[in-house]
Amino acid sequence: MASAPDPAGPRPTAWAAYRAVLGSRVRARASYRIPFITDSLGAGLVGIVEFVETFLVFSATGAIGGFDVHAILLVFALAEIGFCLGDLAFGHLDSLPEYLRAGTLDIFYLRPQPLLAQLVTSDISLRRLARAAVGVVILGVALWTNAIMWTIPRAAMLVLALVCSPLIYAALFVCAAGVQFFTVNAPEMPNAFTYGGRYAAVTPASVWPGPLRIFFGFVAPVAFTGYLPALVILDLPGVGVLAQPLAWGLPLAVVSVWGIALLLWRTGVRHYQGGGG
Amino acid sequence: MRSTLAVYLRLVRVGLRTQSAYPLAAVAGVAANAMFGLIKASILLAAVASAGGALRGYDAATMAAYVWVSQALIGLVQPWGGSQIAASTRSGQVAVELVRPLDVQGAHIADDVGRGLFGVLPRTLPTLAVGALTTGLFLPHALAPYVLGVGSALLAVVLSSACRYALGVLGFWVVDARGLQTLYMVVGSFLAGLFVPLPLMPHWLQALAAATPFPSLLMAPVDVISGRVTGPAAYAVLAHQGLWLIAAWALGAVLTRAGARRLEIQGG
Repeated sequence: MASAPDPAGPRPTAWAAYRAVLGSRVRARASYRIPFITDSLGAGLVGIVEFVETFLVFSATGAIGGFDVHAILLVFALAEIGFCLGDLAFGHLDSLPEYLRAGTLDIFYLRPQPLLAQLVTSDISLRRLARAAVGVVILGVALWTNAIMWTIPRAAMLVLALVCSPLIYAALFVCAAGVQFFTVNAPEMPNAFTYGGRYAAVTPASVWPGPLRIFFGFVAPVAFTGYLPALVILDLPGVGVLAQPLAWGLPLAVVSVWGIALLLWRTGVRHYQGGGG
Repeated sequence: MRSTLAVYLRLVRVGLRTQSAYPLAAVAGVAANAMFGLIKASILLAAVASAGGALRGYDAATMAAYVWVSQALIGLVQPWGGSQIAASTRSGQVAVELVRPLDVQGAHIADDVGRGLFGVLPRTLPTLAVGALTTGLFLPHALAPYVLGVGSALLAVVLSSACRYALGVLGFWVVDARGLQTLYMVVGSFLAGLFVPLPLMPHWLQALAAATPFPSLLMAPVDVISGRVTGPAAYAVLAHQGLWLIAAWALGAVLTRAGARRLEIQGG
């Protein structure tokens, strides 16, 4: 592509390929209407059940780690929306082991696009929008039931969290995929990063033991997707290193987790020896 | 009869060996189970603490036992909906399996049980060890809970295979049963008490769960092993699991027979 520069400029052409591919994925998904509807209902159900799991624990006790049942709604909603959007765009990376075992990954190497970009655009799971919708409803309830004194920084934090959380989860999916090059047949491995991260993110970080605070605060920084923004919005102090002012480091957390993700991905791709075909 | 049994036992061994070919998968499984266990323990132990040290019959040590025994059993019981029968129905491989001189259901369940049982050494025990070293957990001081617990866990493993087989064989009717699998995974693991122990749920939800086989998959062996249910009540739990196993197996058999007549394999 680079050898024959288009008069209109090569960049739009490069992006046009991705746009065409993604457009075809969306149309493909939407054309099987009944599976699309049942899949969406299923994804919405996942969101509801996971919400009920969090809600039950908090409603059985009242308040845990300084968060009552209303405050946890906000943590849950922010983390859940971030996870669903990250999952929508990058979640299908966890089918990488199937390509590895079947040896079909090699086909991707024949095409003149980066491997990661091809895998990301290989599918788009629109049904996850249904689960994000559950998160949006809960966010609405959370903003309604918590007595929030709105200021410009608090509103800015809400927007920042909604923009940055998906990026953090997307990076975790890339991390998990990078590790898959080594583990090959371990479908639960990505879970420890991704679903495990989400599971941690919907609990208040104040209940985590020290090592988990370091890990989910600074390595796989899911504390930035729910707990820390909620501290700012609800004006709560936080706990230990995970205190309210740290929330403003959210853009840095995004940069650092993407650094780790791309490093793991590169290591994984270098390790890959081909399917023998 | 004896030779038939030997065939199925050999299939169990094949399943075991299939899984043992991927030792890193077991390590990854322990890592995942331990990670989820640590998070589950922190939130549930914090809940017990904020309730004043006792929450619906749990104290810190018994709650930790719930957390770690349930995490340790995941690798054995595999409460997710996936199964080989679902995969081989989708690919059409099942047509070959149906003409073999072996009961398809028995063969699949034997293989699946073998895959599950492989997890005992590399997954169940290390996960329990992580729990013992991090939060600590209550372990019964008598022998009976362990003996009955092994029985209950075995029943849960076979019941899980039988349930997932029945679910997978629905693929004879619908080409892509993945939506049903998602439903099974989400609703099933919730009602099995995977993330929230059943006693923390409201009564109507507990009653709903009791009407399904799911508590027999996880909550039952966890209760027996951790000594929450002892004596005659423990035997009753095992009997209850056994009844669900018979029901799930019978359902799978009926579905196989009805489905085989209806099944169309696509492609040449």
